Amino acid sequence: MSVTTAAGEEIGDPEAGREAFKECAACHEIGAGAENGIGPHLNLIFGRQAGSLEDYVYSPSLKRMGANGLVWDLRTLDAYIENPQSLVSGTRMSYPGMGDPDRRADLLAYLRKFSADPANIPEAAPTALPTKPDLDPEILAIEGDPAYGAYLSSECTTCHRRDGSDEGIPSITHWPEEDFVAAMHAYKQKLRPHPVMQMIAGRLSDEEIAALAAYFANPEQ
Amino acid sequence: MSLNRRDFLGASAAAAVMMAAPRVNGQARPHVVVVGGGAGGATAARYIAKDSKGAIDVTLIEPTRTYYTCFFSNLYIGDFRTLDSLAHSYGTLASEYGINVVHDWATGVDRDAKEVALAGGGRVGYDALVLSPGIDFVEGSVPGWDITAQNKMPHSYKAGSQTELLKAQVLSMREGGVYCMVAPPNPYRCPPGPYERVSMVAHQFKQNNPTATILILDPKPKFSKQALFEEGWQKHYPGMIQRLGPDFGGGNVEVRPDSMEVVIDGSPEKVDVCNVIPAQKAGRICHEAGLTEGNWAPVVPATMQSRMDENVYILGDATSQGDMPKSGYSANSQAKAAAMAIRGALTDARTFPPRYSNTCWSLIAPEDGVKVGASYEPTEEKIAKTDGFISATGEDAAQRKATYEESLGWYSGITSDMFG
Ligand SMILES: Cc1cc2nc3c(=O)[nH]c(=O)nc-3n(C[C@H](O)[C@H](O)[C@H](O)COP(=O)(O)OP(=O)(O)OC[C@H]3O[C@@H](n4cnc5c(N)ncnc54)[C@H](O)[C@@H]3O)c2cc1C
Repeated sequence: MSVTTAAGEEIGDPEAGREAFKECAACHEIGAGAENGIGPHLNLIFGRQAGSLEDYVYSPSLKRMGANGLVWDLRTLDAYIENPQSLVSGTRMSYPGMGDPDRRADLLAYLRKFSADPANIPEAAPTALPTKPDLDPEILAIEGDPAYGAYLSSECTTCHRRDGSDEGIPSITHWPEEDFVAAMHAYKQKLRPHPVMQMIAGRLSDEEIAALAAYFANPEQ
Repeated sequence: MSLNRRDFLGASAAAAVMMAAPRVNGQARPHVVVVGGGAGGATAARYIAKDSKGAIDVTLIEPTRTYYTCFFSNLYIGDFRTLDSLAHSYGTLASEYGINVVHDWATGVDRDAKEVALAGGGRVGYDALVLSPGIDFVEGSVPGWDITAQNKMPHSYKAGSQTELLKAQVLSMREGGVYCMVAPPNPYRCPPGPYERVSMVAHQFKQNNPTATILILDPKPKFSKQALFEEGWQKHYPGMIQRLGPDFGGGNVEVRPDSMEVVIDGSPEKVDVCNVIPAQKAGRICHEAGLTEGNWAPVVPATMQSRMDENVYILGDATSQGDMPKSGYSANSQAKAAAMAIRGALTDARTFPPRYSNTCWSLIAPEDGVKVGASYEPTEEKIAKTDGFISATGEDAAQRKATYEESLGWYSGITSDMFG
């Protein structure tokens, strides 16, 4: 039996990352009771504005980057660890950089364990990487299938009313299919601004958008 | 087809031609029992009944005849909703979806016999069991408080009479009095909930008792949407709200309901209203059924099956699943994944990968709404966050108003998704 999962990918292996962290440990502490040393402690680093710990004296360059809006997340930390100077010229972090992307991924997975948990602080950084909808050919073959659309629609009906009423949230029933598809792709490409819709559309494949359009064109069937 | 098919996700498109048919071996229709008719349980019952088109019998066990949503109960405290508008009945689930709604408490689960015992004395057999009992409180987590004190110091963290009581206390508080909230430690139901409540209480005071103050005693160093709430409090309620985090004794609190005192790091303070939100754990039935590890019930990320019993699916606040916050939106999203998994296991219905998402709206002041949301995917280990967004500080009034109006739409959407 073929198995299709929408399984998020782990960032890396945090156990291997613990090993990799030894390179950082001369300057940085992490975990319970971690304090600033030569470098700042790394607890709660994800989502932290660069240069924002009150009791650590940063280089002016790092402070400036923080004031300009640099926030530490998977992407920015990865770039910084790969080559600190490329992201923050003039940083005092005198570290030549970690070239191996897998090793960096492991390190990031380890660091991520010491930041806020999205279950408690929903705005906390992701803990896994999204997998692109990796549909096997059997599922791709059911393109436009209203039954698939009906299943997918259950994600929409937490907010949108299936009966078509619109109170605060627009109606999505009985749209011409082309309009529906065009709108969803506009969200997917972040042309339309609404963040909830950008997120929802962002992980729908073309086939899934088509199936939803087919279903919502005539949801009573 | 065996019930314990873990790889149901793979149910291929070929198998899919056999839509929701009765079990192939021709036995009686499979029977699903759902315990708890809230955000998780009502949604699961409705989706299983609706999508199986009669191929599965569904029994919903829920003691109350009227479900008051916790979501928007803070808005009732701020006078933005009536209590009636938060009340929902199970009539449509029974009449339109053919669900057998039993108003009783489940008191235990015999997992070997696959039977649920009811307080009223009955026993109900199941092929698959769904537990969505919400939360209970951890005894002793706030010294001095227990359930017998909830009339003097309400938690209002289960909606209905507790919410009415807290609102009455807020409205009748003496001029210039102190409203104290003892906030819960992580993890708990609705991460922004206590802070939305503070906003709504502050709004009441601003109208009716402008010299009143609010004291939050918080064991957590950080909380959800903190920057947005703090910006809003500064703007709408300057000087009214003070929060003591763990560095200032917020984590070392005892209460004395008889004298209406809170003891912060050893020093007693008189307060006028005291809203104690204790530490939380999975609803009692999960513990009774032997499905918990510590305070919560661990589940398989892709299906919401209990890690300890593949015939039991656990939803919502009671679970430990990973990154999803304990919210009504999460419970509703998880219920749909479980409903699909159950139909796949019991009837050969087509199944697809689960799609988990969440959005939490909070109201800070009239027409000043904010939101935070994320999408999630199952990994082996947990349901993991993969993407998200949050309202920005400094947004203009029109955008905040639109966000509030969107939350009204969400309320009507999710409640009709739960109750039909
Ligand atoms: C103040 C406040 C504000 C909130 N605001 C929001 C919000 O804006 N958005 C949001 O998404 N979420 C919000 N929430 C969270 C939301 O209410 C919960 O996360 C959600 O209700 C969880 O669903 P559930 O199915 O796990 O539990 P519940 O909805 O609590 O349902 C559990 C049901 O099980 C029943 N039950 C328990 N034990 C048994 C038993 N032994 N036998 C039979 N029945 C039983 C109970 O009577 C209850 O009806 C808020 C919560 C609070 C307290």
